[in-house]
Amino acid sequence: MRQFLRVAWVVMRKDLTVEMRSREIVYTTVFFAASCVLVFAFALVREGRPLEDASAGILWISIAFAGTLGLGRTFERERHTETLRALMLAPSDRPAIYVGKLLGILVLMAIVEAVLVPLIGLLFHAPIFARPHWLVALLAAGTLGFASVGTLFAAMLVRARSRDVLLPVLLYPITIPVIIAGVRGTAAIFQATPDEPMARFWAALLVFFDVVFVTLSLWTFEPLMTE
Amino acid sequence: MSRVFVPLVLAAMVLFASAPLVVAGAPFEQTMGLVQKIFYYHVPSAMLMFVSAFVCGIASAVYLFRRSAAADRVAVAAGELVVLFGLIVLVTGPLWARKAWGVWWEWDARLTSSLLLWMIYLAYLLVRRFGGPGSEKLAGAMALFGMANVPFVYVSVNYWRTLHPKTSVVMTLAPGMRAAFWFCVAAFAILYVLLLTLRKRLEDRQATVEQLYLATED
Repeated sequence: MRQFLRVAWVVMRKDLTVEMRSREIVYTTVFFAASCVLVFAFALVREGRPLEDASAGILWISIAFAGTLGLGRTFERERHTETLRALMLAPSDRPAIYVGKLLGILVLMAIVEAVLVPLIGLLFHAPIFARPHWLVALLAAGTLGFASVGTLFAAMLVRARSRDVLLPVLLYPITIPVIIAGVRGTAAIFQATPDEPMARFWAALLVFFDVVFVTLSLWTFEPLMTE
Repeated sequence: MSRVFVPLVLAAMVLFASAPLVVAGAPFEQTMGLVQKIFYYHVPSAMLMFVSAFVCGIASAVYLFRRSAAADRVAVAAGELVVLFGLIVLVTGPLWARKAWGVWWEWDARLTSSLLLWMIYLAYLLVRRFGGPGSEKLAGAMALFGMANVPFVYVSVNYWRTLHPKTSVVMTLAPGMRAAFWFCVAAFAILYVLLLTLRKRLEDRQATVEQLYLATED
């Protein structure tokens, strides 16, 4: 178990160190997420007033889009330098490598969300401080669900043709429950009178989704990544 | 399999040839009238779509963990049939909804979850077709995750609202309708088994041809 955690930690630190040196993925993904929000603003703001109830949807769609971009770029880097094979050759548990990559993606997405949430609050008048703990819980559980499936698919797609198109094609239908739960839960706490039982229901569904899909990913990573 | 194949084909032909008569002979529903007849095709297709999704998911799991190529061929056949029967469901459903609800499409729980399930298996076929070498495993994971996703899609979508007639309607059918309904279920089930075996056999043949091709190349 300690070995497992150590490998996961090392893989994550490797990814973050590479990223810290260039900051390519963080800068481009954050900028992409912000431009997503602006595109939605132009589509949905009428006569200077944002649509009511739109902020939760915009937040989660931007997270999903930016997450897909980040996942694709992270594994493109591994493919470009042929390092995924080297990782797979390392004498360690395959699931530990998966967990390491997943942690790296989670850190990246957390940075993106740290920019996105205040932006939504600012531009769409969303009450982000109404129930901060529920917002953080929903974001954390939703991001984990999205990233757990995304990391597995992006890792498998490294060898595939037309991987850029196939990642969203595979990822979005599977993660629709995450989007529904995230949007509905966030919308419940963004209401004029926050609906906590509703937020709790959707957060519970997200946690359940996380448990099932993280387990399935750990379980299938080994057979999937063996040539 | 080939010994029961011909009788199955004959049975399917007889059942499908007589299905219109049975459906026409069933009593008319009070409020819907003729439109309700679509139910005899819609519900069996929907049942087989879900069955096929589970066949595809389980076969993919067997392929991934046991490395059985035969299981993968069953999965392809089942995956294509999910999309085929799903198409029947998604075409007959709106036809009925237009008459019953006044709109072609409603964001109702069962409609949305069927559409999502259909999309997952469409993505499965897309990966198989365009993923290039090694895409079988990727597709297998998609089928397995898609199967695990069914309850989540169902719960999350169900919490919106439901307009669709409850599935319990099947158990409370009038006697005349019940016979016609189960007749159609049997006909569709036999059709499903036939298509699955035919498609699996085609995959088997293709694998054999490929092996022979590789053998002569060496």
